Amino acid sequence: MIETRALSVALSGKPVLADISVALPKGRLTALVGPNGAGKSTLLMTLGRLLEPASGDILIDGRDLRAVPPRELALQLSILRQEGAIGPRLTVRDLVSFGRYPHSHGRLTAADRLEVQRAIDRLDLAGFADRYLDTLSGGQKQRAQIAMVLAQQTDVILLDEPLNNLDLAHARRVMRIAREEADAGRTVIVVLHDLTVAAAYADHVVAMKAGRVAAEGPSEEVISEEVLSRLFETDVSVAEVGGRRVVLTL
Amino acid sequence: MTLGRLAAPAALLLLAGVSIFTGVAALQWGDLWLIGVSRLPRTAAALLAGAALAVAGVIMQMLARNRFVEPSTTGTGQAAGLGIVAITLVAPAAALWVKMAAATVAALLGTALFLALVRRLPRRDPLLVPLTGIVYGGILGAAATFLAYERDLIQYVDIWMNGELSGVMLGRYEFLWAAGALAIAAYLYADRFTIAGMGEDTSRTLGLDYPRIVALGLLIVAGITAVTVVTVGMIPFVGLVVPNMIARLAGENLRRTLPQVAMAGAGLVLACDILGRVIRYPYEIPVGTILGVLGAVVFLWMLNARR
Repeated sequence: MIETRALSVALSGKPVLADISVALPKGRLTALVGPNGAGKSTLLMTLGRLLEPASGDILIDGRDLRAVPPRELALQLSILRQEGAIGPRLTVRDLVSFGRYPHSHGRLTAADRLEVQRAIDRLDLAGFADRYLDTLSGGQKQRAQIAMVLAQQTDVILLDEPLNNLDLAHARRVMRIAREEADAGRTVIVVLHDLTVAAAYADHVVAMKAGRVAAEGPSEEVISEEVLSRLFETDVSVAEVGGRRVVLTL
Repeated sequence: MTLGRLAAPAALLLLAGVSIFTGVAALQWGDLWLIGVSRLPRTAAALLAGAALAVAGVIMQMLARNRFVEPSTTGTGQAAGLGIVAITLVAPAAALWVKMAAATVAALLGTALFLALVRRLPRRDPLLVPLTGIVYGGILGAAATFLAYERDLIQYVDIWMNGELSGVMLGRYEFLWAAGALAIAAYLYADRFTIAGMGEDTSRTLGLDYPRIVALGLLIVAGITAVTVVTVGMIPFVGLVVPNMIARLAGENLRRTLPQVAMAGAGLVLACDILGRVIRYPYEIPVGTILGVLGAVVFLWMLNARR
């Protein structure tokens, strides 16, 4: 379980998150939802220790995040960020292989290579594995970065808007992978914009607004007309189609 | 495949052979003295300086996360020059290694300051980084020239700032082996430099101590640059042209490409030096001048090739 206690974060002096206390269940898929600028990405980055909280604590299985040495943390927690720039001119396989760095420190074993290939296959990248990233489309690049995160094989996986740039088929593929990872016992936390997707795949939902937690609970409770209408300050209806909840704003 | 792998070393060997037999003094069979004292050291100096500067260029590009930088466009070479002028003023009789240490420290401080400066620039416009570096290097170079002018040291500044290999002789270039050693050290950390090129966040996500790898990279870049400036003078653009060519051909996974970068850098500097020896035979054109012209052309082409 990942728990935050009265977490506050400021970005260049301005408070962005205030008094965040949530409990994200282990081995479940948690969706972070909310309007633009609610602080979802900031919360995710802070959980990934890429941002330093101004106050408050983050506990992973009861252990203070600050007490985990960086190398050990890299084996426990991986994060997909929104910032797309990769930098060096690498092939897809190179990039995904760097996801194994915390395990192999650059000397890939046969098992590492197998893991890399599996991540490439799962993201449907086999046809592009030896292409350079700068020759790929935005969606293909996004999938390569998700594959890198998967190859890291950590117990906690943080994904910031993983569906960015993805077409419908690949968006579904990525959400199914996230679901499989959670079912395999990993704690998956995903920032999502599409509430229908959140309703279909998430076990647990944290709704954020203006840097605070507006609602938190099982997805059935949070993905409701009442909560969502209040969250987005606009009329939202939740319909049931084929046994699934669909969120509509018409 | 194996043939392709052997092609680059074979080309280097061929160049080295040409270099040994190219010069003003006609070589007679058995003239080993000339070869041993002048031609071989000169050839070795060109290879070492070229390989090391190309490697320094790649590392600088990873640390600055920018394709357009290298030691002569980030103030590193100029800072090294300023360091030698300063130490020469304070302690004119200091041993060469003391001057080299002073140059390294100055290059280190100068480059660290450059990195701190460009961190503040918006990442959207990558050209701001080399522009800032060129202006910054110009200021450091002007300071060095001013100090030197005041104390009648101008001709020394010229020697340091314009790479020239005709003065290389046995006993006068050996520090360059240290630059070669630093290039090899860089190879041991190749993966970490590639990851550093993906940025601080990715580095931390993969469990890397980012500030430490930046410090290590700066040390290698500053060391290589300072040694080169002190022994043969600054050779510009090797660190820019070579890494960009190799990146186009083979990517930037440094564990794979660093040896290619080193070999191409060695070959380029040696080829330019040979060219400098024959263009106006029997006079010589400094290798730094030739690379300056060639590098400027490639730099413009790179700017133009950018979408």
